[in-house]
Amino acid sequence: MKSLEELAKIRERMAGKVALREGENSIRIVVGMATCGIAAGARPVLNALVEEVAKQGVSDKATVSQTGCIGICQYEPVVEVFEPGKEKTTYVKMTPEKAVRVVAEHIKGGKPVVEYTIGNTII
Amino acid sequence: MIRAHVLICGGTGCTSSNSPAIAKALEAELEAKGLQDEIKIVHTGCFGLCALGPIMIVYPEGIFYSRVKVEDVPEIVEEHLLKGRPVQRLVYSDPAKNAIVSGDITSLSETRFYKSQKRVALRNCGVIDPENIDEYIAMHGYEALGKALTEMTPDDVIKEILDSGLRGRGGGGFPTGRKWQFAKASVSDKKYVVCNADEGDPGAFMDRSVLEGDPHAVLEAMAIAGYAIGADEGYIYVRAEYPIAVARLQIAIKQAHEYGLLGKDIFGTGFNFDIKLRLGAGAFVCGEETALLTSIEGNRGEPRPRPPFPAVKGLFGQPTIINNVETFANVAQIILNGAKWFASMGTEKSKGTKIFALGGKITHTGLVEIPMGTTLRTIIEEIGGGCPNGKKFKAVQTGGPSGGCIPASLIDTPVDYDTLTAMGCMMGSGGMIVMDEDNCMVDIAKFFLGFIVDESCGKCTPCRIGTRRMLDILTRITEGKGQDGDIERLEELANTIKATALCGLGQTAPNPVLATIKFFRDEYEAHIYEKRCPAGHCKALARYTIDPEKCKGCSACSRKCPVNAISGVVKSPFVIDQNKCIKCGTCLETCKFGAISKK
Repeated sequence: MKSLEELAKIRERMAGKVALREGENSIRIVVGMATCGIAAGARPVLNALVEEVAKQGVSDKATVSQTGCIGICQYEPVVEVFEPGKEKTTYVKMTPEKAVRVVAEHIKGGKPVVEYTIGNTII
Repeated sequence: MIRAHVLICGGTGCTSSNSPAIAKALEAELEAKGLQDEIKIVHTGCFGLCALGPIMIVYPEGIFYSRVKVEDVPEIVEEHLLKGRPVQRLVYSDPAKNAIVSGDITSLSETRFYKSQKRVALRNCGVIDPENIDEYIAMHGYEALGKALTEMTPDDVIKEILDSGLRGRGGGGFPTGRKWQFAKASVSDKKYVVCNADEGDPGAFMDRSVLEGDPHAVLEAMAIAGYAIGADEGYIYVRAEYPIAVARLQIAIKQAHEYGLLGKDIFGTGFNFDIKLRLGAGAFVCGEETALLTSIEGNRGEPRPRPPFPAVKGLFGQPTIINNVETFANVAQIILNGAKWFASMGTEKSKGTKIFALGGKITHTGLVEIPMGTTLRTIIEEIGGGCPNGKKFKAVQTGGPSGGCIPASLIDTPVDYDTLTAMGCMMGSGGMIVMDEDNCMVDIAKFFLGFIVDESCGKCTPCRIGTRRMLDILTRITEGKGQDGDIERLEELANTIKATALCGLGQTAPNPVLATIKFFRDEYEAHIYEKRCPAGHCKALARYTIDPEKCKGCSACSRKCPVNAISGVVKSPFVIDQNKCIKCGTCLETCKFGAISKK
């Protein structure tokens, strides 16, 4: 270790890896992973979200976790985004492709992707 | 890509309750389910709630599982990690809250055990993998060392520590900054930094947990101390009975060397620092600083008179600072966050936080870190959950064999160095042994004195012979052979030993006796004059009697009595011959009618 920059580099490289354990005031992206969700394809969505969060460099402010059945099985895969001090956003009928946009526009950009939300989806 | 971390405690407490087997089972189960690339297992240090081990925490949700068994692992993987449904029956539920509703999933930080805590020295314990230096660096590790070396002069560092008000956490409570100042002022081309990790107080295990959970914090602080006083070599004197701590320290030292955070020319500043481990063979006296130095030098661990203090003439005759593990664990935080931040916690003369090891008759055995000045009530009732089985809290022993007991009537006492010392107790290293109504205070004093008698190194007469005589008197009292004047004799001996013993071990050895006499004199008197143990603990003073009203004359007790002390005629009340009775208690367990009582 010859300089403080080297140390900072290691810290940055590791930050995303331990941020998961702090996760207090960050955004929570929750994927419904009950039988209904998994059957509807929640697993690829979950994987896409986890990958995108890391790839787009927002792992310090958002964590991806899973939950059970939300109760709207016909809308699965369901992804909900919880932001501190805000109403939650519920995305329905999610796909890995949609997940990429949600991370880019909502998590990174701060603007929910309205067309994917529950109010704008017709079954 | 990792989406969840499963933290498993690898401290000594959970290791002995089988956490390595759980980690292994988890690993196999994750692989079987094809989740090994999504979920990471992290072996951490102690979480503090040792009574509930083995402990497992799943992030990002922060779900807190307690008392996990190997058989539970498949269910946790299937339900929680695969389907996202936490296994409710394993989730820790606060004993204070009985409602098992869905909102009852208590994450660690919400439990009563953690709520009042403020974790500074333990901040990384149970959070990072202690065997991975990168995780320590991610938590701003070694940044304080970098800051000290590149932006601060040695005097700046000492001033920061001085201003923070940090005092020695090993028990003495001497201002750490002052110690460093003295060592810096001593002129010599060779100086040493020593870490005292010879934690020996019965019931104290915070140093072990820091070393096991966050070893780099100690290494970093020692390097900072070396820079401050002008030393290039450090020693950690750690008990050989702490194998996990020793192994993690070895790994940590090796990793720090590989990164150049120890060794030559650290951060390109020309500062060199190296750390060596020395294993203690488990003598209590080696926790005393001068005895510890003598032991590192390769000699028999015996104290030497002070002055000269180690800061002037210490290890190998050179200026040396000796600090305790927990003291060092605070240093990097003070450098990073500033003296003001640290001094904002605690009381006027005792700054910062202190770790306590709760043990004895308490629901939550474990480690807690709280701001100085927190009351005993908060520690014992709120964080510790009070005495188990509805028993009444009687007293707490602080400071191990060097401290004293605090009775229940003083439960609102704030815990800091000066308040405890004024009461004739001592904060000591922070062991807190809780006692309930079944504990006999004379017996407690006898226990601690017995420990001292075993551990006295024998160099000075007051400690070697004086404590032995005190133990003789206490043993006599608990055996019902106490004599008039025994209390006064104990006090006289105690005061003489305090005034004349060579080292801190001897000088504080009589404290448990003096404190119990001060607060529980009536118990001593009951033993001596009434030949009675109020707590019903001292076997020799116990008296088993048969209530003739309740006795049916079934002769069951008489048949079980190993010494034939019970006699009588069937269908009429039996009697116990007190001269023959050996107080074994078998009759009490045998009687179906509750006719036998112990007094």
